[in-house]
Formats: sequence, structure tokens, C-alpha cells
Amino acid sequence: MFWQKDIETIDRKELEKLQLKRLQNTISRASKNIPFYKDIFAKSDIKPKDITSLRDIEKLPFTKTEDLRANYPFGMLAVPKEKVVRLHTSSGTTGKPKAIFFSKKDVNQAAELIARCLIMTGVKKDDVLQNMMTYGLFTGALVMHYGAEKVGVLVIPAGPGNTKKQISLMQDFKTTTLHITPSYALYLSSVMSNEGLNPSDFSLRRAYLGSEPYSEETRKKIESFFNIDVYNSYGLSEMNGPGVAFECTEKNGMHLWEDNFIMEIINPETGKTLPDGEKGELVLTTLCREAMPIIRYRTRDITMIIPEKCRCGRTHRRISRIIGRSDDMFIVKGVNIFPQQIERVLMGIKAVAQNYQIVLESYDRMIVRVEISRELFDGRVEHLVNLKNEIVEKLRAEVLVRPDVELLEPGTLPVTEGKAVRVIDKRTL
Amino acid sequence: MEQLKQVSIFSENKPGKLTKITKVLADAGVNILAISIASSNGFGVLKFIVDDCDLAYQKLKQKGFTVSLNEVLAIEMIDRPGGLYEVASVLSKKKINVENAYVLILESRKKAYLVVDIKDIEKAKKLLKNSKLSFLKLSKNSLLRKSGGNKK
Repeated sequence: MFWQKDIETIDRKELEKLQLKRLQNTISRASKNIPFYKDIFAKSDIKPKDITSLRDIEKLPFTKTEDLRANYPFGMLAVPKEKVVRLHTSSGTTGKPKAIFFSKKDVNQAAELIARCLIMTGVKKDDVLQNMMTYGLFTGALVMHYGAEKVGVLVIPAGPGNTKKQISLMQDFKTTTLHITPSYALYLSSVMSNEGLNPSDFSLRRAYLGSEPYSEETRKKIESFFNIDVYNSYGLSEMNGPGVAFECTEKNGMHLWEDNFIMEIINPETGKTLPDGEKGELVLTTLCREAMPIIRYRTRDITMIIPEKCRCGRTHRRISRIIGRSDDMFIVKGVNIFPQQIERVLMGIKAVAQNYQIVLESYDRMIVRVEISRELFDGRVEHLVNLKNEIVEKLRAEVLVRPDVELLEPGTLPVTEGKAVRVIDKRTL
Repeated sequence: MEQLKQVSIFSENKPGKLTKITKVLADAGVNILAISIASSNGFGVLKFIVDDCDLAYQKLKQKGFTVSLNEVLAIEMIDRPGGLYEVASVLSKKKINVENAYVLILESRKKAYLVVDIKDIEKAKKLLKNSKLSFLKLSKNSLLRKSGGNKK
């Protein structure tokens, strides 16, 4: 099923023509109306008129998260304030946040993209979507909400947390679709299993998991517990929030809506553009954003472009599951490690429960704290010792660094209902 | 014969853990008859013999502890030098490997038992059937209960 079949299955040549036209338009508006870009073009040899092909985008400088912070609050706005209808901010864990503005047209466009995603995964008007993302300054919940309303599904604006209430909402209103973070989905599953609730007694059919990277093993764990399809969702506030890229029913990479964004993969160290199929940092340029166009935004998310045609018929290329954030990557004993590698290993071990934490004690010592499964505890110390050794060995094989593993009781680690904090870096505190 | 069961609880080695666990048992009116703590760097498993293992298991589980219940043997030891030696020699003759063991004393030193935790308990029971060892016998666990003890 398609929401906008003509554009979703557009011929690649036509798509590229459309992209170039929209890119030129974006650059021209940004260079005229946004002081930050005006400055860049004034200082650089490159002028907006020099962009005559899509490849020319590589000549333009990147926009970095620091630039958005430096221009907080209004510095990146391309339209007069009266044209702006919504503000979101992106979490500033360090220093100032980033302000993201939407015009009326932008709100609608973001909803259109979500509508494509929902229809693509089989949603119909009689579906019930329980939106367990955080409402408020975070884009996750509201952008999904507007898109789902556009499709005509019943939206339950539950927000995260209050798990018992969530469960009764799911039961009472026969929720079919969840929008949820992977860590909260895992938590929800553990609450349901502790309460002795059988997911088959619910009406659930699918869940959209986003806002934090997670592994294929986690997807499988959630799919098998709830007996649903889990679709991977990618977005970031700077680019509207959710709906930038989304999985179709093939569940093999996320279609990135290329009529709305130009994607590039670069080497995060050199900034050089990489060919399709190579892993690197995703760089995005908005093509339809009115209030706040952004050129060559460094997302810090590590992924790759899957150039092969998808069986679903959509011509928009896919990106792979986010392998990690270049921000999240940490180095122990000189080895680059992504938290997702650790998650992949842990979720593949049966006696491990959902929650874990990585503590970086020093530059050569990493502690992985793992909650054990309550059901599989049989009272035998030797089994626990074996489990611990198994975790150490499997992690060492995956990340090439031998971690210290601590086994914990379920419920010891803090439960996160928004984005999970998995890495505690004591070296920078 | 009623099976003797021990209650095992997984716990990190942290101050206050034992307090929390024993409070649950105290509040439930469960009497602890023997305890063993096996720890391996960073975590431990506490094992209890109590007068009402089902109640203990249920209450601990309710409070969110990671707990399991498994059968053990309690072998009577005679209260004199060589008492444990006699038990140990029988076990070793029968090639029964003990995972964990601790002492259970009933009726204030009149009777002492060695509680042994064995991997394949059914096999061990068969092997020990005709040995000279005698075991703690339970009828509904009530042997362990103090007469007149008030349960909540």
C-alpha cells in the first residue's frame, strides 16, 4: 500500500531532477535569509549558482550540531517569526539546546512523511496507535501524532511511563500499533511477563521502534515476545523528527524519503563522501523545509546506503539500521566500540534480561553490568559463573576487549522510559 | 517423604542486601533454620533452610527478588568428633559430588544435619538408599516448625 504512490515509486532520474531543483531552491533561500548561511557563502568561493548538479553538494561546507547551538534561538530561521507555528528543541546534554522551527507547511509536510511510513507498514484507518514517545519539546511523539491523524487512525497520546496504565489502555482500546523506544518496549515486556499477561490476548500487530539505536537481536526479542512486526524508524529533531527513514514490510533497511532529503555518507574523520554500501556518517540536506532549511547536516549517525532496489517497489534508497552514533562510540584499550555491539551480544544470550549498562572506568577497563533473567535463575552459583564467563568471552570476541562483567538482579539498573542511558563514562566526569 | 527444599536468592554483594531479604522473611513469620552464602566475585547466592519454604519463596518473589526453590538432602550427623567424616566418606564412596553444603542444627544441638546441594539429586538419593546415613525426615515441613510458633 502507498500513501503517495507516484512520488514513492518515482523514476530515479525524475527523482534526481526534482532533488536538484529543490536543492537549488533551498540553497538560494538559505543564503538569502539565514545569516549563518549568508556568512558561509560570503566567505567561500562557492556561490549558490555554482550548484548545477547533485554532486556539487560536496563543495558545500557541513552544518554541525554546534552551529545550531551557536545560533540558538532564532539564528537558523529562514522565515519571519509570524510564519512559524511550532518550536521543538533537541536535548542539550551539554550546553545550549538546538531550536527547531516548523511553519504550517512544515508541520504538514512532516505529517505527510509519517503517513507514507504508516501506510507502507500496512496501517489502516481502523488501527489504533498508542504513542508512547515523549510529548513536549521532543519531536518524537507530536510528529508521529500528526501523521497518524492524517492517515485517520485513532491515536492514543499516552506518552511514556506509567506502565500499568499503558497496559490497560492497550487492553481497553484494543491498541494495534505501538510507537515506542526499544528500551521501553523491553521494559514493557518484562512488566507484562511479571504480571502474567499473555500478549496474544492483546490486539497488537506492529510496533515502530525509534529514537535510540538498537540491534536486530532486540527487534527479534520484542517481535517474539509481543508476537508482532517491529519496524525500524529513523529520524532526528533537526530533520523534523520521526519519518525521515522508515522500514517497509520487507524489514530490510529503511527507505529514506529522498524527495525531502538528500543523503550522503561521509567518512566522519576526513569528511570525504563515501560510495553506496560503505559505512559512514549520514549527512542530510532538507529539500522541503520552509522555516528552517539545513544544508549538509552531520547527523553523527553511522549507517550505510543500500543501493539495491527494494521489492516493495519504492525507489527511495534505504539506509541500514543505525550502527551507532559517532558520538556514542567510545574507545577502550585503543579499540573503537559502539554500545550496539555490546547490546547485540547480550540480547543473544538467553539468561540475560533486558537491562544492561556499560561503565567505562578507565581507558583500559570497561565494566558491563548485566541483569540476569529472573525465570532462568536456578540457585546454582556454578551456572552463574558459567553465564558470566560466557558473556565475557562473547563480548571479547565481538569488541576485542575483555570486559569485566557484573551480574545483577533484575530491576537493579535504572529503568528508562525515554532514551536509555547505556554508557556511563567515568573518565569524563 | 516430604522433600526438603532450600530457598536460593541471587544477590549482588552489597551492604544491606541480607537485611532486606531477612526482613521479608521476618515480616512473613518465616523462621530461618540454616543459612549459607556462596559468593563469587561481585555476586552471591544466599541459601536458606526455613520452616515454610513455599511461603518464603512466594513472599520473596512478590518483593521482586530473584529466587528459586530446589530440593536438597539433609544428612544426620552424630554430635561427636568424626561425625562429618562418616557422612563425607559415604558420599565419596558413592562418588557423589557436593555442590554446596552447610549445617542445620535442630532442637538446640541435639541433632545436626549436613545440608548438601547435589546436582543430580535423584541419582544421589538412589545411591544413598541403603547406606548407613540417616536423613532428616519431614512431614509437611512441620518437623522444622517450633511448636506454638505463631504465623502471620
